[in-house]
Amino acid sequence: MTETRATAYDSKIEGNVIFTRFDAALNWVRKNSLWPMPMGLACCAIELMAAAASRFDIARFGAEVMRFSPRQCDVMIVAGTVTYKMALAVKRIYEQMPEPKWVIAMGACASTGGMYRSYATLQGIDQLIPVDVYVSGCPPRPEALLAGLMKLQEKISRERSFRNQKPELAEKLEEAFG
Amino acid sequence: MSGEELLNRFTKAFETKIQCKTEFRDETTYTIAASDLREIAKFCREELSFDYLIDLTSIDNFGEEPRFEIVYHLYSMPHGVHLRLKLKVPEETGVVDTVCDIWPTANWHEREAYDMMGIKFNGHPDLRRILMWDGYPYFPLRKDFPLEGLPSEMPDVAFTKVTPMEGGPFVTIPSMAGSKDREPRAHPPQLQE
Repeated sequence: MTETRATAYDSKIEGNVIFTRFDAALNWVRKNSLWPMPMGLACCAIELMAAAASRFDIARFGAEVMRFSPRQCDVMIVAGTVTYKMALAVKRIYEQMPEPKWVIAMGACASTGGMYRSYATLQGIDQLIPVDVYVSGCPPRPEALLAGLMKLQEKISRERSFRNQKPELAEKLEEAFG
Repeated sequence: MSGEELLNRFTKAFETKIQCKTEFRDETTYTIAASDLREIAKFCREELSFDYLIDLTSIDNFGEEPRFEIVYHLYSMPHGVHLRLKLKVPEETGVVDTVCDIWPTANWHEREAYDMMGIKFNGHPDLRRILMWDGYPYFPLRKDFPLEGLPSEMPDVAFTKVTPMEGGPFVTIPSMAGSKDREPRAHPPQLQE
């Protein structure tokens, strides 16, 4: 098994140039500036606002920029009950978000329909859009949402971004350099 | 003017039109005919100062004729008196006069009664569905509509699927026992060994 060693970066020795993998750099950039699209539909939106406020600062994670325009967002936080009437609007907003995009299903209603097993509630937003992280709770505490956000950050840091974004280039390089 | 006086005036004015009067604790309920509704409602608002329509709901007595009942909860702000009016609506000719012009709040309540039960209101300025989407083919709060819903599809507007019930709905059993016994668990205790 390969061994990893933590090395410190010393500017006197290494100068002002760092070598790293493209994936590591890109993932680091993406995960530390996740701009949420707050799809705050019901009570979980209040806890989302609480997470964005000063006590449970979501700005620590670079995610205080809650742009309500999907074109400028990375992660859609579906916070609240998704009724069938609203579900298509959520899907339309999701489709307007540019890649790369992720989805956090916050709370019981967004994950599985919650306590509403009835004719009017979509039993989980994952029936319509692909979800990356499910946060349980009714509503989840703001710390739980932040933990979900951190889990999403871990997931992003494990992604193979270069390969996902430029598959043909990656193949060509692999052919050329083995 | 106290509650008693208001009710006495009401009874005097509509002696022949009151079908039934019920009293429970301090609450008075009058059952009236649907055709007398507007006259009685106007009198309540103007003469008796019942200026606040607290609620307008509909009840589905599935199996009885007439099928639906509409209940009006009135309150008089100057006197602090409550009154309840009920009227019965048959299913086939289920049309009731609107009271939107008397109490403007009735607008959305009547839309909800239309959406959930299918009761139409004569003279309503904008009678369309309020909770479900326009074009939804069913009336969800009728007794013969299942809780888990029926599939329906309207592309680009909305859709519904039948909800998996998983042995539910988990409804509390009324009894004097503690909550552990009253409320059914999704994981019954005998599984938790």
